[in-house]
Amino acid sequence: MKNETKVERISENEVVITRTFDAPAQLVFEAWTKPELMRRWWVPRSMGMTLLACELDVRTGGTYRFVFPSEPEPMAFFGRYLEVTPHSRLVWTNDEGGQDAGQVSTLTLEERGETTRIVLHERFPSREATDAGMGAYDGMPESFAQLDEILAG
Amino acid sequence: MVQHSERLDAAFAALSDATRRGVLEQLGRADASITELADKFGMTLTGMKKHVGVLEDAGLVATAKVGRVRTCTLGERRLEEVTAWIDRYRQLWSARFEELDLVLEDMKRKKKEQSR
Repeated sequence: MKNETKVERISENEVVITRTFDAPAQLVFEAWTKPELMRRWWVPRSMGMTLLACELDVRTGGTYRFVFPSEPEPMAFFGRYLEVTPHSRLVWTNDEGGQDAGQVSTLTLEERGETTRIVLHERFPSREATDAGMGAYDGMPESFAQLDEILAG
Repeated sequence: MVQHSERLDAAFAALSDATRRGVLEQLGRADASITELADKFGMTLTGMKKHVGVLEDAGLVATAKVGRVRTCTLGERRLEEVTAWIDRYRQLWSARFEELDLVLEDMKRKKKEQSR
């Protein structure tokens, strides 16, 4: 049985995503911090694309960079890690909009017996950016159509 | 487009409050007067009027006065608009996390093999 992914917009510029995984916190943390693992899930297969690059330098002050195939040129998403606490907390920025854009994501992991509950808090610099961020996938209608089919099935 | 976005913002602001979300759930089951809603949520009439006002401004609720009673109904189309939008975000994350489930299964299996 699939665990439920809960998404809540808690204010005009904050979104909170919660999910439970059937694995210890150490493994979940590794899956978020090791490039070879992260690239296997960050872009779901249903999107029909593979990452061109997935570079993670996971330490406080380190940077990350994802590159997606796109026309006319590839699209890069990048930022910095503000806090790295193994197996419990990871905080990073998203800097495509400029370093002052102030988009910050905070991932907290909490081990509960055999499972790990994660809370991903995304803070956008403004209400408008939240709308844009949540609508960022509008440009992929085809892949979402595929996703719809998969989810419906 | 701008107008559309503004309406959506108003809708999200309206939905950021637990009582207002409760009111929408309630109205999803049956229309109700402001007095009934106030009783249900243990609020003053004035307090409930304010909440309903916010929901009405966002287009999530419609009200009509019949005699001395103001009846509230769902502004159905807008609510769907808001949920469709957040659903899309949720779809991306559910899809990611389903893949992550597989990665984690794989990691657990490998770890078990190593410890043998």
